Amino acid sequence: MSTSDVKLLGRCASPYVNRVQIALNVKSIKYEYLEENLSSKSSLLLNANPVKKKVPVLIHGNRSVSESLVIVQYIDEVWTSGPCILPSDSLDRAEARFWAAYIDDKWFPLATEFKLTRQEEKKLVVKQKIIEGLMLLEEVFVKCSKGKAYFGGDSIGYLDIVLGSFLSWLTAIELTSDVCFLDMTKTPVLVGWSDRFRSNDAVKNIVPGTEKVIELLNVYLKLSSTLKAYAYVFNQTI
Amino acid sequence: MAGVKLLGFWASPYANRVQIALNLKSISYEYIEQNLRSKSQLLLESNPVHKKVPVLIHGDNPVSESLVILEYIDEVWTQGPSILPSDPHDRAVARFWAAYITDKWYPLISEYRLAEGAEAKAAVKEKILEGVVLLEEAFVTCSQGKGYFGGENIGYIDLVLGSLLGWLRARGETQGITFLDKTKGPELSAWADRFSSHSAVTGVLPTSEKVIEFIKSFTRPN
Repeated sequence: MSTSDVKLLGRCASPYVNRVQIALNVKSIKYEYLEENLSSKSSLLLNANPVKKKVPVLIHGNRSVSESLVIVQYIDEVWTSGPCILPSDSLDRAEARFWAAYIDDKWFPLATEFKLTRQEEKKLVVKQKIIEGLMLLEEVFVKCSKGKAYFGGDSIGYLDIVLGSFLSWLTAIELTSDVCFLDMTKTPVLVGWSDRFRSNDAVKNIVPGTEKVIELLNVYLKLSSTLKAYAYVFNQTI
Repeated sequence: MAGVKLLGFWASPYANRVQIALNLKSISYEYIEQNLRSKSQLLLESNPVHKKVPVLIHGDNPVSESLVILEYIDEVWTQGPSILPSDPHDRAVARFWAAYITDKWYPLISEYRLAEGAEAKAAVKEKILEGVVLLEEAFVTCSQGKGYFGGENIGYIDLVLGSLLGWLRARGETQGITFLDKTKGPELSAWADRFSSHSAVTGVLPTSEKVIEFIKSFTRPN
């Protein structure tokens, strides 16, 4: 299939779009990237994802796939040459899916909550939960990596993509709130992993730099100081 | 073959969907009813992160989160009907609708109950019915004229949506509304009856009466 057979509708700096880009890179799949406009969604997007009208959407031939984790699994199942994204063992796959759900549904929403909470006492409580979550993920990393560089072992896998896509945003929140979540004293292994992930060839030109993310965070803060601004980025809303 | 245990709770749609899946695959398992007000050591050790049902224990290995368990069952027990389709795009479609039902549509049911005032309730009701129209279209596309989203057999989307029917009916009855509206979703309505009377489902899905009784029991002041 030629490049034009694979298109990705995205929006720059969306961690959910980044996941798909990284997965496509891991598999060395050539694709056409189409940036979607915030204020005026293309007819291609509205036709390809009529239910949610959100990015990312992968268009493969005449079929479209939506939802970042659904797309990553689709990519893994269709392009079977190249490194596997999900593990081959059923129990390991279940573990990867379990922790992906934990990261998306339980852990990362804490980061949004932290940014929006004004009361210092409550902020501390949320901060503690974020760090405890990372300590849990550090244990998961040690178990899954079996001494290798990534959750996926020698190469980037599902959990690397799911957690790694949030790293720039985590750093941006750390810098703008003067706080440390990914702490060398508490989660040294994850700190090492995060550097390796960000400099991996499949990742380094995809994931936005911290400066860009801070810039975006500030723009959203100016637009609206409410939950909506953060929902814009973190919940895939355009 | 290693033994299979399921830690569940009779009124949990999430546990129900796993029970139905095990039944569909004719897998023998030991069902262990959990007391959610006083969680067992086994539950706390098997699912230390969430401490919730369902948990499937296969041999010595626990698997948690209902959708994760469904995919695990489908991958391990390859005899019997498949839960997920074989084509990758059809699998992506099934996973998409499972996420839609779980993250977008079903939460509207609580939102409706908690909405205050006729206007607020009407706004949520409209979103619910828009969802029903979408699910109806999804059913027509996925079923291809057969009885279930999965075609001839109960599949992934059937399990995700079907396991919610007891609660949908219960909440609907107590609030005087039919969430799976017959006019907006005639095929879906027929599917709901078909699903509920399937042999893999009848002993598992609680009736709306039992769910209503259960709701009353935990809202009753002590």
